[in-house]
Amino acid sequence: MASTKHTLRTPLSRVRGLGSARSGTSHFWHQRLTAVANVPLALAFIAIVVCATGSGYEEALALVRSPLVAILLLLFILSAAYHMRLGMQVIIEDYVHSGAKVAAVIANTFFAVLVAAAAVFAVLKITFGGM
Amino acid sequence: MAEANVPGTRPEDIRPLSPHLQIYRWTWTMAMSVAHRITGAALYVGSLLLVIWLLALASGPEAFETAQWFFGSFLGRLILFGYTWALLHHMLGGIRHFIWDVGLGFDAASRHTLARLTLIASAALTFLVWVIGYAVS
Repeated sequence: MASTKHTLRTPLSRVRGLGSARSGTSHFWHQRLTAVANVPLALAFIAIVVCATGSGYEEALALVRSPLVAILLLLFILSAAYHMRLGMQVIIEDYVHSGAKVAAVIANTFFAVLVAAAAVFAVLKITFGGM
Repeated sequence: MAEANVPGTRPEDIRPLSPHLQIYRWTWTMAMSVAHRITGAALYVGSLLLVIWLLALASGPEAFETAQWFFGSFLGRLILFGYTWALLHHMLGGIRHFIWDVGLGFDAASRHTLARLTLIASAALTFLVWVIGYAVS
């Protein structure tokens, strides 16, 4: 344990453990949290897609708007979108070092939010839109 | 080792760089690490497939029939097959990371086995899903 006499960091800063970026290990933790959630949700998603294979319009509507399927799809969309945003940010930070890095990280967040918003909107419209 | 030997730079700038990827002999763990990142990036783009399908279904019968026609075509099936494998491979790669997260599987034999199992299981599960898919439809 280093003495506080030899560091410019305050004891409060060290005890909080948030580092210079003020976020600590939250990126890693959220990545793993969504990864754990994604295992059952992705398996459910595959099962739903298999059920929807070759189905007609009315059948597909009935499938997606059934409560269990709608809830599992919404959870998968949200968890996967957040997970892929975290993952792509790591890829960007590994390979992009110019000024484009900040733009790429911002675009990455926009893309993930757009994917999530569009998919959630579609599920909600199918479920509640009186189709 | 590659050296950043640019003439005229300060001594502290002339330092050894880490070797590039192509210097190393390929190993299973290395290949599966790269595959994990590539499948992750592929799934990132592939998320648009779900968005397209759901928006088509939410838009009405005509849009949905067009989407179903595309996903049922040879190209559509090829893309979906790749997506299935990428999803399952990335999922199994993630489970491999969970095993490491709890402190297990770090010895050479376990690393090698886990890496090979990731590929074998993802291929087997993809095959299984598609057999079920064809049986259902």
